[in-house]
Amino acid sequence: MSTVTIKQSKKIHPTMFTLWAGIASIIMMFAGLTSAYIVKRNQANWTTFDLPLIFWYSTVVIIISSITLQLSHKAFKQREMAKYRGLVIVSLLLGLLFIVMQGIGFNQLWIKGITLTKNVSFSFLYVIVGLHSLHVLGGVIALLVLFANAFSAKVRNYNIVPLEVISTYWHFVDILWIYLLVFLLMIR
Amino acid sequence: MSNTATVQTAQEAEVHGVHHDAHHEHHEHHETFISKYVFSQDHKMIARQFLITGMIWAIIGGLFSVLFRLQLGYPNSTFPWLEDLLGHWAKGGKLQPEFYYALVTMHGTILVFFVLTAGLSGTFANFLIPLQIGARDMASPMLNMLSYWFFFLASIIMFSSLFVQTGPASGGWTIYPPLSALGDASSGSKIGMDLWLASMAMFVVSSLLGGLNYITTILNMRTKGMSMTRMPLTIWALFFTAVLGVLSFPVLLSGAILLLFDRNLGTSFFLSDIVVNGKILPNEGGSAILFQHLFWFLGHPEVYIILLPAMGMSSEIISVNSRKPIFGYMAMVGSLFAIAILAFLVWAHHMFVTGLNPFLGAFFVLLTLLIAVPSAIKVFNWLTTLWRANIRFTPAMLFAIGFVSLFISGGLTGIFLGNSALDIHLHDTYFVVAHFHIVMGVASFMGMFAGVYHWFPKMYGRFLNNTLGYIHFWVTIAGAYLIFWPMHYEGLAGMPRRYYDFSNWESFKMFGGLNEFISFVALIVFAVQLLFVFNFFYSIFKGRKVKDLNPWGANTLEWTTPIRPGHGNWVGEIPEVYRGAYDYGKDGREFIPQTEPIGENESHH
Repeated sequence: MSTVTIKQSKKIHPTMFTLWAGIASIIMMFAGLTSAYIVKRNQANWTTFDLPLIFWYSTVVIIISSITLQLSHKAFKQREMAKYRGLVIVSLLLGLLFIVMQGIGFNQLWIKGITLTKNVSFSFLYVIVGLHSLHVLGGVIALLVLFANAFSAKVRNYNIVPLEVISTYWHFVDILWIYLLVFLLMIR
Repeated sequence: MSNTATVQTAQEAEVHGVHHDAHHEHHEHHETFISKYVFSQDHKMIARQFLITGMIWAIIGGLFSVLFRLQLGYPNSTFPWLEDLLGHWAKGGKLQPEFYYALVTMHGTILVFFVLTAGLSGTFANFLIPLQIGARDMASPMLNMLSYWFFFLASIIMFSSLFVQTGPASGGWTIYPPLSALGDASSGSKIGMDLWLASMAMFVVSSLLGGLNYITTILNMRTKGMSMTRMPLTIWALFFTAVLGVLSFPVLLSGAILLLFDRNLGTSFFLSDIVVNGKILPNEGGSAILFQHLFWFLGHPEVYIILLPAMGMSSEIISVNSRKPIFGYMAMVGSLFAIAILAFLVWAHHMFVTGLNPFLGAFFVLLTLLIAVPSAIKVFNWLTTLWRANIRFTPAMLFAIGFVSLFISGGLTGIFLGNSALDIHLHDTYFVVAHFHIVMGVASFMGMFAGVYHWFPKMYGRFLNNTLGYIHFWVTIAGAYLIFWPMHYEGLAGMPRRYYDFSNWESFKMFGGLNEFISFVALIVFAVQLLFVFNFFYSIFKGRKVKDLNPWGANTLEWTTPIRPGHGNWVGEIPEVYRGAYDYGKDGREFIPQTEPIGENESHH
């Protein structure tokens, strides 16, 4: 069996490959939205406003979650299953915290009068940041499934592929958020 | 498990990168009716599901065109039976204007997305990719099954929109805002439009799940010896189709999401300074042109998503039935690649007259006309493959040649339309209608029919009836030209598309007879398609049985499987490949299958 694993690891696993193609399509979706944003910004009726401070904290949170997930990956490889499970649940909770913080950020903006429909520049922020949070939520659900499987009494599962696929996706939405934050700061 | 079996598993896993496939064929008899015919994960069954669902949609979409052609051809007649069929949409036996627009919109939506995208590439990508590259199934059979069921869900939603009281979406298949964004603007912009958007969102999911799978399968699951340059052209075409879909459908989705916000949550992405029914709307600052950019960034690649599978299948079928290698295999691959790249760089040629900067337009003219180069390479190669060939005129071959014919005549008018200056006169006329129906609509249908006639024996283990096939072909190709050729003249004379009635227009009255003729031919062509549908279902049960493993004498791998392959495709090991797919008429032999090792004294082609 070991020879098979070695031979396979040289080649990219089909599921992982599917994920990369899926990431390409998610990038296209956000490229569509951000280029629409740029086109719209160069037209009349565009308002500039400051992003809420909490978006910076949420950025820190999502970066930490990427690190903890990477550590859980390491723990899995070393078969330290208790540590692995602990780190997965920490990453999962940090992901949820990120989404909650984005929500708080939305709430702060709303109170300041920056509402969804008031100006098209506000609408763009809500749609882009909201869609990103939905993608993070997708990652949280995937981690939840992984976590449930880790506790399954029936199956002793040492297949690393699901963890690798999910953590690649997780790092991707992390980087996507950093891109969006820089984009929203630079171009407004 | 014995040692040898372990070794074999390891080898297969090495070749395919997965473990699951070594003992597939033993599981088969445990399948229930539900797992075999309904929630099947077998790529061949999913392909048949896509095909039959697509055919049902094609009948509905085609019937719609017949209904609105009745209005265009006979604007002063009434058809009392229409009222029995459609109720208040055809009061007094005459189509109501609102419903006419609904029919035109749904005809476009159904044919473009549900038939020529899902029905064409859904069917043949599913069916041919694993069979022709030598894989037991798709990379993820589960996602593949979900892809069909999301398509099914999209179909149900779209179908239900036909029955809502205010009618289905009716702002054109391009659903430009502000018309599509404002429920008060027309009855078709009410619930029908929301259902349209919901259905298309499901459709995008289906198309992405499918596309991801096709790309992964082609790149990762090829059998031993099947290098990329040994793949049949069908697979190359389906590969580029999937790449186009994966990269362009998400952009449509982002446009649709913004439109949903505008419709239901009061945002103004696409809306500004609008008065509806004397009421000034509060929306300000939006841009309707922005939607067109997002839409056509998908919309143009979509044209090639429809066309490329037809190109790939025609290449394969023409080569097999000419008994000659395809002329310029690498040029065929290169031109597919060039078309796929250019597909993303020409979208604004749909928007020349929207107020686009003419300077910007010039670039899009250049890039658009550049598509003529790879297209001409492909046409040249098809014709040189046919040149002095020993042609077998099977129905599939006739349809493939018909595809080439329509691609040439439809492509030539594209050179007219790609010019932004000529477009000032030609845009939104019947010239455009004629152009895209010939080059993309009927041509792709020809490719699809070619594929169905050619691979029907592999799908169902029986042949389609040849006589009915010949009738189907000749009436369809003659009808296609009789319908769409005259439309060029109407368009050059300035006759606008989408109009409900031309009989009141002094300038277009002279086309009354011609419009009647077009409608009459459309009716006949539609009837002949029903003949094909009859042939299809009759032959599934009663067709002539396939007795020979390789009835067409083709080189590709699908003909090395049993006549009716089970889930897993090959009994025993997957064959190894030693050569490209096009060794026809070589060294005095009619054909040499891909599984045959290169002989010692074999010549180079």
